[in-house]
Amino acid sequence: MSDKAADKPLRVRMPIGIDYKWCAGPASTDYLTGLKDGRLYGRRCPVCQMVYFPPRNGVCARDGVMLGESVEVGPKGTVTTFCIVNVPFLGQTIKLPYVAATIILDGAHLGFSHLLQEVEATDVRMGMRVEPVWRDKSDWDYSLENISHFRPTGEPDAPFDDYARYL
Amino acid sequence: MGANRCAVVGVGQTNHTTVRADVSIAGLVREAVDRALESAGMTLADIDAIVIGKAPDMLEGVMMPEMWLTDSLAASGKPVFRVHTAGSVGGSTAIVAAQHVMSGIHKRVLTVAFEKQSDGNAMWALSVPTPFGVPVHAGAGGYFSPIIRSYMRRSGAPAHIGAMVAVKDRTNACKNPYAHLHEPDWTLEKALETPMLWDPVRFIETCPSSDGAAALVMVSEDVADTMNVPKAWVHSTAMRSEPTMFAGRNQVSPRAGELCAEDLYRKAGITNPLEEIDVCEVYVPFSWFEPMWLENLGFAPKDHGWRFVEDGVTEMTGKLPFNPSGGVLSTNPIGASGMIRFGEAAMQVMGLAGEHQIDGAKKAMGHAYGGGSQFFAMWIVGSEKN
Amino acid sequence: MRDVGIVAFAESQLTYGTTNTPVEMIVPTVNEVLKNAGIERTEVDFWCHGSCDYMTGQPFSFVAAVDALGAWPPIIESHVEMDGAWALYEAWVKIQMGEANVALVFGNGKSSAGDMNRALTLQQDPYTVAPLWPGLTAMEGIGACAALQAGTVTERARRDGAKNGNVLVSGSESADELLSRAVTSAPFRDHDLPAMADGVSAIIIAAGHAAKRIAKRPAWIRAIDHRIDHQNLGWRDLARSTSAAIAASEVGVHNDKVDIAELHTTFSHHEQLLINALQLRTDATRITPSGGALVGNALMAAGLSRFGHAARAIFDGTADRAVAHAQQGACLQQNIVAVLEGN
Repeated sequence: MSDKAADKPLRVRMPIGIDYKWCAGPASTDYLTGLKDGRLYGRRCPVCQMVYFPPRNGVCARDGVMLGESVEVGPKGTVTTFCIVNVPFLGQTIKLPYVAATIILDGAHLGFSHLLQEVEATDVRMGMRVEPVWRDKSDWDYSLENISHFRPTGEPDAPFDDYARYL
Repeated sequence: MGANRCAVVGVGQTNHTTVRADVSIAGLVREAVDRALESAGMTLADIDAIVIGKAPDMLEGVMMPEMWLTDSLAASGKPVFRVHTAGSVGGSTAIVAAQHVMSGIHKRVLTVAFEKQSDGNAMWALSVPTPFGVPVHAGAGGYFSPIIRSYMRRSGAPAHIGAMVAVKDRTNACKNPYAHLHEPDWTLEKALETPMLWDPVRFIETCPSSDGAAALVMVSEDVADTMNVPKAWVHSTAMRSEPTMFAGRNQVSPRAGELCAEDLYRKAGITNPLEEIDVCEVYVPFSWFEPMWLENLGFAPKDHGWRFVEDGVTEMTGKLPFNPSGGVLSTNPIGASGMIRFGEAAMQVMGLAGEHQIDGAKKAMGHAYGGGSQFFAMWIVGSEKN
Repeated sequence: MRDVGIVAFAESQLTYGTTNTPVEMIVPTVNEVLKNAGIERTEVDFWCHGSCDYMTGQPFSFVAAVDALGAWPPIIESHVEMDGAWALYEAWVKIQMGEANVALVFGNGKSSAGDMNRALTLQQDPYTVAPLWPGLTAMEGIGACAALQAGTVTERARRDGAKNGNVLVSGSESADELLSRAVTSAPFRDHDLPAMADGVSAIIIAAGHAAKRIAKRPAWIRAIDHRIDHQNLGWRDLARSTSAAIAASEVGVHNDKVDIAELHTTFSHHEQLLINALQLRTDATRITPSGGALVGNALMAAGLSRFGHAARAIFDGTADRAVAHAQQGACLQQNIVAVLEGN
């Protein structure tokens, strides 16, 4: 607690614990309820017609309007880009090194981050086709973590031009 | 009504390092403030208003610390303002402060940006997990490295470019007594041997976590004209923002950055930025952002930013030096970094950059960005009035 | 100085415990204020936003708010870690320097997200005060003990609050009835405390010609000023708000009659302190007819709401000259005051 050296300032350790209530909001609630059921639902913007998965705050950030109809997407998707994480951090639960991939599910127009496994990190490529691997149903909750990870489908990679505009 | 002229007459910054255990938050702030005031030949009593900027308060565990700093900044009875625009905040704070003068409302404004992030846990504060999501990211590096991969693929840049920038910035920092990292022995070969942290971003290509502060004293034209100190005249300022995510967003070269630069040059009367600007202090926290920003800011054609790096354009001896101070890559107190860029740009045209001075610098750019490459703040300063 | 007027105001229904995200809360209010002004989002030159990370419980929490604005093509936008009233100030400064003509400002807060009383402790000196975890109510209690006042203030606030459909709590208890209730956190009774709320407040301001185009009767911001006091409670006289007095003097509150003063009173004793600081004559001036934060305090938005309600009184002709006030920091540490005129 206090530093014995006479010329260094004292330091005080103050643990700060504050509880907050986090609301997913209506749009995300639909999406999370879908996940609890093993389904992947995005939402379409009535103006630009793009499908957001996940729907984030239920707003199309580009047009400033609430997203509209619910659209089932995936289950397969394309890796647009990725990184290989090799650095430990507080609260980390995944074993290093791991591949964090940005994935756009078929039918959606926005990428999200998830784990990519069952492939050597050095073999991962932009454009790789992937599919979700779900945890045991008994473990399912209102979370994208119901999907344990994505893995390659073995299909040919998506051509660069197909996903280039999403980078 | 047009804007009044505004000049930077004092610049100060702390000796940045990982942990400033020798000072309190107020002490850290005062170190930068006192140096800025001293270089301006002014005191706190001369100041009409104070504009403070910093990044999320979770980094220190103090909510709205500017309210507590009132006591340390002799600000009782004065206007105190707090800007928070994520990583660009140091820059946007300088802009808001300049606007207090350019609007004619105040004549002498002190602005300070700081972060004492060793007090908290920076990596946690940067990636507090939100419920219902998947915690795959590991800090800012985990967010930006996939975007960097996209740039490398798009532009066909060779893999060593990031390391070249890193070696340049770390070498430059050795000429900057305030910089956090002083590492004189880097070579390209050694750099390419450092481990990948978030492949494709290596250890050396990543900014440090620093405690630090920067301060500027800005005054109106009539006050500046009476002062016998070096001045940096604010020729133009610009800010732009765009959403974090929307379908089809260009995350590699965000439109907000391009438009911000275009606005900045237009207002400063600059038609050929590559020729007319002498030096740039640009926010590069991961070295690959240098080629990306070269393109985004209109200096290099699309997909050619990396060639400028390879050709040495951005070296201190090059046509357009980038970050002679060593940049964010050598010093990164998050809330202060933007103001350090703006302040270092001012120092260049004031002739106060010491060993890392670019000779004859008359026009300099300061640049900052934040969030998911979505908030941009820039300014052009000059040794002459605009 | 350019003529700048408030031309539109919108405030969300104040609730507590909303399950919407902050972004979902912001979208309708921003759209409503644009609709009230009759302009498209593309006509806004500058957007400015006030909110606080520690009140949301997430660093960078304001970033998501940009999603609510339809910020494409990219916009000129800024954020302050302050009540929305100071976002209005930044926009006013930008218009004064000629870089904008029309600005939309908003403040939002979800008080129900956490124990705000506890969280607000973190505003205090991190070495000597915060580690004691006093809580805001205790800090204000110290201030109130220094300057206590009668419960009639609250009766009027509650009575007026009934007129504003947006408030959470409105009652018509008499002063005697209120004073007969138990003291719950000395020296406060429940009605002395702010009614914490979730809400969004948005205002559009515009320069001369644009303001006249948008509103029939803009609420012209004749003058606006903000000041701060020492934070340390032992270093200032808690029976007065010096910074509010300085700001009021700078804007010339007393230059002419004041029909309405919307004061950002969060604890009931603030009202008398502010009346004193602004030298208001309660026989000539209606005090916070909207009911104010005592009946609905959406953190980071309630201050801006005072500007909105004052402006509204000018829009509808109820007032020709109004004072708007907002504050933040324990014991009225920081204050912003503006004079609004309809003519």
